Amino acid sequence: MHKIIRQILRSGIKTETPPESNDALRCTAQRLQDEILRRFGGALAIRHVDAGSCNGCELEIHALSNPYYNLEGLGIHFVASPRHADMLLVTGPVSRHMETALQRTYAAMPEPKLVVAIGDCGCTGGVFGESYASCGRVSNVIPVDIAVPGCPPSPSALMQGILTGISNAQGLAK
Amino acid sequence: MRIEDFDLALSPLPGAAPVWHGDVDAAAWRQVCQQVHDKGGRLVALWGSDRRELRRGFVVHAALVIRSGLVWLTLSADHEAYPGIDDIFPVASRMQRALGDLLGIYPHNPQDARPWLRHSAWPADQYPLRKDFDGSTVHPATAQDYPFVTVEGDGVHEIAVGPVHAGTIEPGHFRFSVIGEKILRLEPRLGYTHKGVEKLFEAMTLESGARLAGRISGDSTVAYAWAYAMAAESAVDRTPPERALWLRALLLERERLANHLGDLGALGNDAGLAFGLAQFSCLKEDLLRSNAALFGHRYLMDSIVPGGVISDLDESGGARLMAELDVLDQAVSRLHNIYDDHAGLQDRFIGAGRVAPELAVGLGLCGLAGRASAQAWDLRAQFPAVPYDRLDVQMATHRNGDVAARVTVRFDEVNEAIRLCRLILKGLPSGAIFTALPKAPDNAIGVGWVEGWRGEVFVALETGADNRIRRLHPHDPSWQNWPLIEHAVMGNIVPDFPLINKSFNLSYSGHDL
Repeated sequence: MHKIIRQILRSGIKTETPPESNDALRCTAQRLQDEILRRFGGALAIRHVDAGSCNGCELEIHALSNPYYNLEGLGIHFVASPRHADMLLVTGPVSRHMETALQRTYAAMPEPKLVVAIGDCGCTGGVFGESYASCGRVSNVIPVDIAVPGCPPSPSALMQGILTGISNAQGLAK
Repeated sequence: MRIEDFDLALSPLPGAAPVWHGDVDAAAWRQVCQQVHDKGGRLVALWGSDRRELRRGFVVHAALVIRSGLVWLTLSADHEAYPGIDDIFPVASRMQRALGDLLGIYPHNPQDARPWLRHSAWPADQYPLRKDFDGSTVHPATAQDYPFVTVEGDGVHEIAVGPVHAGTIEPGHFRFSVIGEKILRLEPRLGYTHKGVEKLFEAMTLESGARLAGRISGDSTVAYAWAYAMAAESAVDRTPPERALWLRALLLERERLANHLGDLGALGNDAGLAFGLAQFSCLKEDLLRSNAALFGHRYLMDSIVPGGVISDLDESGGARLMAELDVLDQAVSRLHNIYDDHAGLQDRFIGAGRVAPELAVGLGLCGLAGRASAQAWDLRAQFPAVPYDRLDVQMATHRNGDVAARVTVRFDEVNEAIRLCRLILKGLPSGAIFTALPKAPDNAIGVGWVEGWRGEVFVALETGADNRIRRLHPHDPSWQNWPLIEHAVMGNIVPDFPLINKSFNLSYSGHDL
């Protein structure tokens, strides 16, 4: 046990401290928390669906949980079921074989719900495009609120996308 | 067994991989497979091509590994049928089923005739990899019931999981037959991420295909990009500058490090030690950030192209990497010590998801998981291409075949990758990093074969006219290893499945294509 504690102390706090002003990350963190408090009562629950991705975007979604980005520290967490998710992150071009599963996952979410299409494939179909096997972009299958391009998008870009999704929802709610 | 032992006309292919190709008849096809099997060789891949344009009809290919290297056999599939080899190599079964789905050629006596990659996206009498199939046509969805094997008896019930899973992982369906919490049988169904990759390649040139090759399986982008480039270079018989090859190895080892670090953290987490995930994910993030700073991409996508690499490493970059390796080395050694000493962690790791060496050899387990079950195959050690021939790679192996063994092999491979990165940084030859490749001859073939972090990535290429790809088959080691997970979980409890699954960490996208 003492080795674990020593290692934790040696590592220190890795979470990137938001600078005082004019820094996108800090703005992101603060605005996220404000928005979440207002709309989701302090917790945003995200459900992820890989609809046919190459697994690259998944690696960056995993990175969101590392101590540097510490997404959970902002009150945003990934949940195991669409039934209690506020936001759906969808990666990949939607393969024909995942089309029904994606539609059912979307249908299972309670209103209000947000959809963020992740990566070049989610935004445009990417290198896989539309074909006998691929429906292409996510919006060809379910309504999309926000599209975050990148191959794969960086964790910071993903955080920004999540924030933008929440702001958008506020605007729509008026 | 050596290449001279075959009574066959085999011709060596140019390029970095030791490969011989030969056309065989039906009798020799099965005989060679049997010989290779009996002498302890393995089946790497089975695939097919439509060569009707060349008046060759349909052909089926097999890539077999023996002590001398790789033997690529090609057999004409007369009347759209061929002698199956799933009785010799059980691992061939799903490859044969996929070949039926995609090309419409079938083994004479298959042990399993169910579709594999085809669900509902195209009708059973249409075959995407036939040249007269238009890849852009969207067929109406076909309804399809997939007959899972059922287990019956008092108290037996089924748990159906997926394709959408509880965590952030790729989609697939798992059908568990359980009694209480104990798993009697697991049958996976894959193919959900099939997005027509092989068909897409057929509309591409050798140049443009590199980008797609790097997106077959995102976590193995370097391995695939290198295997693809190696196949292209083999088809045109050109060798990239030496510095490019050394840099490719540096990228490949960094990909291995990133994935192993991520997995070691996730395995700790799946066994209840969140500390492990926090620590290892920081080490991985540090590595990815250096990748972005020095090579322009966190996961090194598009860094390798046919003919070389796209970004060079200057002296300060090399010094930075060297310094970071020291920090990483120390951190991993401390964490290894903590993992080894942690009774709770070892209690979950030891004995979980065991694949005994006898089973591993019988079913053809390969790559990292294979090495954890005493299957001593590592291309970097056995068939070392430049620069591995200068690095004396130490293969990591273990006999226990459980989660603990796969964890240990990962730690050993992290240490070895750190050593290799240091050697590469010290020995990096000077010179160019890219050489333009000439136009490929029509109807040439080429092979790429690279030991990625998960196992051997294999790419077989056939060129068409105008530097175009006529057929490209990428093969992921996950084909070999998925069937072993089914055995590994038997007798374990359902809650240990995520841990066991993670310890293999197989690809869906690389398999479904």
